[in-house]
Amino acid sequence: MAVFLLQRLAAFIVTLLVASLVVFLVMEVLPGDPAALMLGVSARPDTLAALRSEMGLDLPAAQRYLLWLGGLVSGDLGTSYTYGVPVWELVRERIGLSLPLALIAICLSTLIAIPLGVLAAARHNKPADVGVMGFTQLGVAVPNFWFAILLILVFAVHWQVLPAGGFAGWDAGFWPALKTLLLPAVALALPQAAILARVTRSSVLETLGEDYVRTARAKGLTRRAALWRHALRNALIPVVTIMGLQFSFLLAGTIIIENVFYLPGLGRLIFQAIAQRDLIVVKDLVILLAASVVAVNFIVDLLYAVLDPRLRGGGHAG
Amino acid sequence: MPGDIGPGEALAPAWREYWMRGRSSAGFVIGLAVTALLVAVALVSLVWTPYQVDVMDIPVKLQAPSAAHWLGTDQFGRDVLSRLMAGAVNSIAVSLVAVGIGAGLGVPLGALAAARRGIIEEVVMRFNDFTFAFPALLSAVMITAILGPGAVNSIIAIGIFNIPVFARLTRGASLSLWQRDFVLAARVAGKGRTRITAEHILPNIASLLIVQMTIQFALAILAEAGLSYLGLGTQPPAPSWGKMLNEAQTLMYLAPQLAIFPGLAIMGTVLGLNLLGDGLRDLLDPRLRRLR
Repeated sequence: MAVFLLQRLAAFIVTLLVASLVVFLVMEVLPGDPAALMLGVSARPDTLAALRSEMGLDLPAAQRYLLWLGGLVSGDLGTSYTYGVPVWELVRERIGLSLPLALIAICLSTLIAIPLGVLAAARHNKPADVGVMGFTQLGVAVPNFWFAILLILVFAVHWQVLPAGGFAGWDAGFWPALKTLLLPAVALALPQAAILARVTRSSVLETLGEDYVRTARAKGLTRRAALWRHALRNALIPVVTIMGLQFSFLLAGTIIIENVFYLPGLGRLIFQAIAQRDLIVVKDLVILLAASVVAVNFIVDLLYAVLDPRLRGGGHAG
Repeated sequence: MPGDIGPGEALAPAWREYWMRGRSSAGFVIGLAVTALLVAVALVSLVWTPYQVDVMDIPVKLQAPSAAHWLGTDQFGRDVLSRLMAGAVNSIAVSLVAVGIGAGLGVPLGALAAARRGIIEEVVMRFNDFTFAFPALLSAVMITAILGPGAVNSIIAIGIFNIPVFARLTRGASLSLWQRDFVLAARVAGKGRTRITAEHILPNIASLLIVQMTIQFALAILAEAGLSYLGLGTQPPAPSWGKMLNEAQTLMYLAPQLAIFPGLAIMGTVLGLNLLGDGLRDLLDPRLRRLR
């Protein structure tokens, strides 16, 4: 187990370092002069030089990378060109929206997907199975931003029971804030639920065909008891992996869904930073989002070890 | 591997037989029909659309569907059906090139990793792991931050995300083939790794790759629509389904129908391609059918 953990931790750190290097190279070395971008074409050379020096752009690239990396580790993400405030402050303000939104979406998709997947597997090739598979085909094919627009059309424009966009803020109270996050969370959850339901169904079907399940049935357990007591726990292992992989799609979804609903979260911040060419914010947010994807997959690896006892021996680290 | 092709065996699988089997699968037939319809509509739009795609006609703006404008008109009086037809070309072109980049670079990388093993394989696989840290949209955001928005940049972004998908698939499928007797026979006969890859490995994994391309094509259509919706993909006045949805959102109270048709077009296309991909997989590898 310890070997497994150390291997995973090393891979986690290396991936993060490589990711930070790529983001730095892409954002700092390739594009033009950020100072010139900020001040525009009519900037005076001495003003430009002063800003370049203030931003540390006159330092060698390697030194700037190390400074940036050191800043990331110590929590100093630099200052936004356009907002004039530390990037960390911008992130802290917006994570209060994006994180709950992502968590609600994950909970919703799990609550929808796992029962549906198990139902479809338990009723294999029966109408319930066909219905679930039909739902998953549609769920995978519907673009989440279009689904979001349809939700707005129905619940905000037609029935007028939920807001069409904006965020009330947690200061306005739990329910008003949650109300503004409900439609975005449903829009994010649907495609995830469709994929997860398919994986759950395949996994449960596969496990139901295993010898130990057949043995359990031979001992006299009903199909349902064999499913709940023996098959489900093992069937959930690949489901957890897919949930980890889905996290990156969820983040990508957040960028688009926050824009559909005009939610002031991290996704909208990154989008606005691009529009305003605020490269320091883009760079910091991209590495933070990439780091969160890598971190979630690291946690999934750990969960794997908890769910699959074969990994705890230390010899089966793969 | 279904239909292994050893030296001297007939390369072409019996396509007539596949077609006879495929006809009995409703999903495959629907998927094929929808995909064929999409391609046909896109091709027709190159030479004919009911109205000119970019010509504004303000007096007839925001009209509901009618005999003159089957799917109505937008805020500039442009015909929605004509723009949807032209949007199909854009979706197909962007997705085709993006998947082409992904397969064009990913397949050789995966094949190389399987053929050479060792350090090359390690580098290719670590590159794969690393790209998974960047969701397609995130890499697209980074690329457009540097290069600016546009169809070409969205192709690059979607293409980059496709490379590891094909590299991983090709490596995985090729590795087991390298252990097979017919490959051993080819090596004994003195063939080099490149020649074995071209003559024996790739033909044997072609069916897998075709299925994956169909699935990636559907994902690319979704990604392109998402980028265009955000304003990072295809730029106006070129029509694109994502951009049409973006414009429709601001007019939802006035003309809700504008938000329906582009979404249906995207969903129909992706559904068709997914059904086609699933159908092809069933046809080419019937062992997988039970678990889907």
